[in-house]
Amino acid sequence: MATTYFTEDHEWIRVDGDEAVVGITDHAQEQLGDIVFVELPEAGQKVNKGDAVIVVESVKAASDVYAPVAGEVTAVNDTLEGEPGLINDAAQSDGWLMKLKLDDASQLEGLMDEAAYKAMVG
Amino acid sequence: MEKQLPLKQLHVAAGARFGPFAGYDMPISYPLGVMKEHLHTRQAAGLFDISHMSHIEVCGPQAADLIARVCPYNASAQPLRTGRYTYMLNDRAGMIDDLIVSRLGDERFLVVANGACAEKDLAHLQQASAQFDASVTHIPRVFLALQGPKSAEALAKLIPSSGTLVFMQVTELDDGTFLSRSGYTGEDGFEIGLSPDSAEAFAKQLAGDPQVEWIGLGARDSLRIEAGLPLYGQDMDEDTDPATAGLIWAVPKELRSGGSYIGAEALSDILDNGVNQKRVGLKPQGRAPVRGGSVLFAGEAPDAAEIGLVTSGGFGPSCEHPVTIGRIDKLAGSAGDIVFAEVRGKRHACSIEKLPFVEHNYFRGG
Repeated sequence: MATTYFTEDHEWIRVDGDEAVVGITDHAQEQLGDIVFVELPEAGQKVNKGDAVIVVESVKAASDVYAPVAGEVTAVNDTLEGEPGLINDAAQSDGWLMKLKLDDASQLEGLMDEAAYKAMVG
Repeated sequence: MEKQLPLKQLHVAAGARFGPFAGYDMPISYPLGVMKEHLHTRQAAGLFDISHMSHIEVCGPQAADLIARVCPYNASAQPLRTGRYTYMLNDRAGMIDDLIVSRLGDERFLVVANGACAEKDLAHLQQASAQFDASVTHIPRVFLALQGPKSAEALAKLIPSSGTLVFMQVTELDDGTFLSRSGYTGEDGFEIGLSPDSAEAFAKQLAGDPQVEWIGLGARDSLRIEAGLPLYGQDMDEDTDPATAGLIWAVPKELRSGGSYIGAEALSDILDNGVNQKRVGLKPQGRAPVRGGSVLFAGEAPDAAEIGLVTSGGFGPSCEHPVTIGRIDKLAGSAGDIVFAEVRGKRHACSIEKLPFVEHNYFRGG
């Protein structure tokens, strides 16, 4: 059974065992506006919690996406290369950014659940 | 604390997302989103609230002499009811601000200045005015821009006489409204300076036209980059002379070797010594936007020579590719050649392009 957590930097992470999918929240895509480019990491890359590992560029500006937890990148969403607007259309499903194999599931403890995240963004 | 636009509530009601710019809390985008706002402006008509820009009136028997002292052109020869792109220089020929100066009367000029420069421009003009029989007054106004191929049709419903203007002509209506056929998108359009009292009803009517949508600063930036138009503070500043910025065309030839305007001597020296940079368009070959601040190199190798700097850049919705403006060494390449922009440690190939990226569509009559 997968559980979805949220960060203060507007990422979501859906965790199933030691595997996780990461993306930006619907609120974040709305704030960024039309997304025109995504710079994704390479599969196999090790990331630390809080690393700026992805850059999402809207017409207006470039924004970093941070790794919510430490782990190894196992896959990235290649579809976004040709279709970055997928993040605007489906930020929390088809517009996912990368898959991670978690180093330490206890790092999830400080993250928010959906209710807490929704309360934060108002 | 940012200043608030007089029509702020109208933008709130239109669903604007706000952000700080030039000391104001400005509408950055509306629910349509930057991409569609941009395309709507190119296809129909976009309405911009640009009241952060400052209106300064210069009046008096020596008004033209004062303008000609602070700006490098012969203001006394400027035809009535025309606007002109110019700038104020410091004594090093660095750019204090770029401006549109309109001649409203024999002894009356309107200076439209960038919002972020409003206070220093006013101070500079006032200081210079001490030597002239001319007054310098800030005019509080709501300033709207209506841009795009349907602008003339939409504005004619509210101001029937507006259609008689051609590009860079200006007029004043009986109620004091300032009207100019100009803009900052490369499209046909108008800029409208209104008294803050009457502006709300006018803006509501214009925004209610089915051809017209509110457009935020996000799309204003992508529109002006595609049109190859410089933005003060990004593409030039007080340490940039107009020749290096690629804007020397705005100085008449006879004033390039000297004159009585502030900065004349420095500008003439700079031109005598030869300017070693030029302003170019750059088209990144990939999809990654290359924005202001990126350093340009001759090649991909780490030891490739540094040849310039990106001053503005982003994504061009009409071009459907990233669009970038930069300055490179004169001999570093010309249209079609490839240079490399460094973004987050990686070199991105960019072709040198002629500006603008999107042809201007100004109304010149006929």
